[in-house]
Amino acid sequence: MLSIKKLHAEVEGKEILKGLDLEINAGEVHAIMGPNGSGKSTLGNVLAGRESYEVTEGEVLLDGRDLLELSPEDRAREGVFLAFQYPVEIPGVSNINFLKTAINEIREYKGLPPVEARDFLNMVKEKQKLVEFEAKLANRSLNEGFSGGEKKRNEIFQLAMLQPKLAILDETDSGLDIDALRIVARGVNQLRSKDNAFIVITHYQRLLEYIVPDFVHVLYNGRIVRSGTKELALELEEKGYDWIKETAGAENAI
Amino acid sequence: MIGLKRQLVRKTQYKHKGDTIEREEATTVVDEALAEIGSNGGLTKQTMITQVTDSLYKQLIRAYEERMPTEEGPHSLDEIRGQAFKRFEKLGFPTVKHEDWKYTNVQPLISQNYLLDTSTSQAEVAIGKAAIPNLDTYRVVLVDGIFNAELSSGIDVPGLHILPIQEAFDQLSFAKYFAEYADKTDNPFVALNTALFKSGVFITVTKNSVLEKPIHIIHVASATEPLFTQTRNLYVIEANAEAELIESFITEDNAANNLNSLVSEIVVHENAKLHHYYLQLAGKQSSYINHTEIYQKKYSLYNNYNCSFPGSAFVRNNINVRLDDSQVESHLYGVTLTAGNQFVDNHTVVDHLKPHCESYEWYKNITQDTSTAVFNGKIFVRLDAQKTNAFQQNNNMLIGEKSAIYTKPQLEIFADDVKCSHGCTIGQFDNQALFYLRSRGISEAQARVLLVHAFAFDVTNRFANATVRKYVEHLVEQGLENG
Ligand SMILES: Nc1ncnc2c1ncn2[C@@H]1O[C@H](COP(=O)(O)OP(=O)(O)OP(=O)(O)O)[C@@H](O)[C@H]1O
Ligand SMILES: [Mg+2]
Repeated sequence: MLSIKKLHAEVEGKEILKGLDLEINAGEVHAIMGPNGSGKSTLGNVLAGRESYEVTEGEVLLDGRDLLELSPEDRAREGVFLAFQYPVEIPGVSNINFLKTAINEIREYKGLPPVEARDFLNMVKEKQKLVEFEAKLANRSLNEGFSGGEKKRNEIFQLAMLQPKLAILDETDSGLDIDALRIVARGVNQLRSKDNAFIVITHYQRLLEYIVPDFVHVLYNGRIVRSGTKELALELEEKGYDWIKETAGAENAI
Repeated sequence: MIGLKRQLVRKTQYKHKGDTIEREEATTVVDEALAEIGSNGGLTKQTMITQVTDSLYKQLIRAYEERMPTEEGPHSLDEIRGQAFKRFEKLGFPTVKHEDWKYTNVQPLISQNYLLDTSTSQAEVAIGKAAIPNLDTYRVVLVDGIFNAELSSGIDVPGLHILPIQEAFDQLSFAKYFAEYADKTDNPFVALNTALFKSGVFITVTKNSVLEKPIHIIHVASATEPLFTQTRNLYVIEANAEAELIESFITEDNAANNLNSLVSEIVVHENAKLHHYYLQLAGKQSSYINHTEIYQKKYSLYNNYNCSFPGSAFVRNNINVRLDDSQVESHLYGVTLTAGNQFVDNHTVVDHLKPHCESYEWYKNITQDTSTAVFNGKIFVRLDAQKTNAFQQNNNMLIGEKSAIYTKPQLEIFADDVKCSHGCTIGQFDNQALFYLRSRGISEAQARVLLVHAFAFDVTNRFANATVRKYVEHLVEQGLENG
């Protein structure tokens, strides 16, 4: 589904991704771990199309389509969804209005008519239940005054509403209490199917107990330096990153 | 402030509680916040034009000397006009050296040649541009300032009297209020208007009448030769009456350049309510120098909703509210969306003269391209006006990299037991918010519309008439490029 080859990207002239390779098939969940500042969020932002991140080399294909050529909105319409590490507050834009606009623009892109008001409301109800997100959305502004955890839950709620092909969760677990973590994980698990894929960026093995990944990758210094199965996450939890840094450093030296 | 990176935030709060303030009884507090921001350095935008062309000035002097004394009116109208003209002669047209006209250079406008009569006005004009969807109104059409009976409709209703102003001179109720308010200011355009206005309307909403529909006044600029119009209106809302008044400004496509000076005096009597909308939709040939003077009595409510959209090259609005009785409430709201090389300037005065009154003012400016917006809001709280509650806020969103905004909120307090606050912000599009919306599949254009709506929301959400509010939101959408 997603094929990333030799991806180089920079921010403000500073190279952050330095030749990143990653292959993801439909139905898979990939966890990405790695020390602070290694480039995990950068990868998410590059995939979502944030303009301040400049791709200098490499290619990203989504089902064979060149993703890097598309505007952020077209990527979303093609099925890319980034659950932000720090969702922004947008006062004055109502949650519901925003979601409806997004869904209808995605539908229009796919040649579908606008969603029926009743279907939309039913879907909102159903998905809110899925992530046990009780906030009264109708008359509240997008993320305004939401607690950290509510913002994260709202991201997963949006994910459930938009049903993307490829979802990237950037530290969705940070700031969630244990119950919320379970709820979010359960939501994600219910959304998993053979047609979609997830990239789960996290620092903690705990999340991966709930959302069990098919693969775990370690991103360090702008590259994937190690890949494995879920046992790799346990090993990292135990040993930290130093041994990875050492071996990666050695590889770089060669 | 919404969807905005705050580059400049200023907020000042005054709370004087009688005894608790030592040595500050009857204090004068003068506070001014002046913000000038423009990516081109801001100040270069309105350069002073030193060349003084006074062709219009001379023309007007001649027009005054040649005018016929009013036949049917009371003798005093000629006197009022005479005094006003003397005032105008003394004041002359304002230059950018005048504090009130610092950013508003009228020299290029008044140095052009205009007809002073409506000989090239068009007999048939289209008023569709002013239509407000789903709104049934009493329609009053003024073509180049002159009341047009054919195009007006449905105005023959109980409780509502509408007269061309030329036919009102002999009415007692007219004489009582005419030139009693606006002429007390030092605006030269008011003096000139009083001296030489030719047309306009006199509207009375009679005692206890609650109008069912809004009155919709459509001002159409149509003349095919350059024209200078001076229109004069007097609106009297009698005791316990309630009305909505919507004024739209439009331009015929084939109209020549025109400069329009409108002076409206409004009296809102005891316990009366007036919701007053200005919808500036004119074309770029049209320029406006408008002055609205509102005089309020006890328990009255006056709300002004002042909206300007891309089009008209030059707009100056003076809106002055005098709260000259206790228990008066006034709200001034503004949404200005500019584009191209437009210039829109809103100057407001909220004058608290008596105790126990409340005023609330919120203006939002959004500038695109190389346009300029000016906001100047003065609040006076006079010595007598204890227990005043006054709020003022001005938020600005610079979209055009070469657009400019000049904002100056001013507060002058002479009473000691009042609650006043004012503040202003200037910012740009919040790129984080824009990206967030786009990352969910919303097009950039639509995302901008959402963010501008959000920015204007504090104001639009206070519109009393939901249909007008929807219409204004639609106009905002339309006025945003790629929107
Ligand atoms: N907009 C930006 N401007 C400047 N530098 C940036 C920007 N975004 C990221 N960086 C830098 O790029 C590097 C990688 O950042 P990134 O956010 O991708 O790390 P991360 O792996 O997500 O870290 P964390 O685990 O702390 O979330 C860091 O050194 C960061 O300072
Ligand atoms: Mg990160």
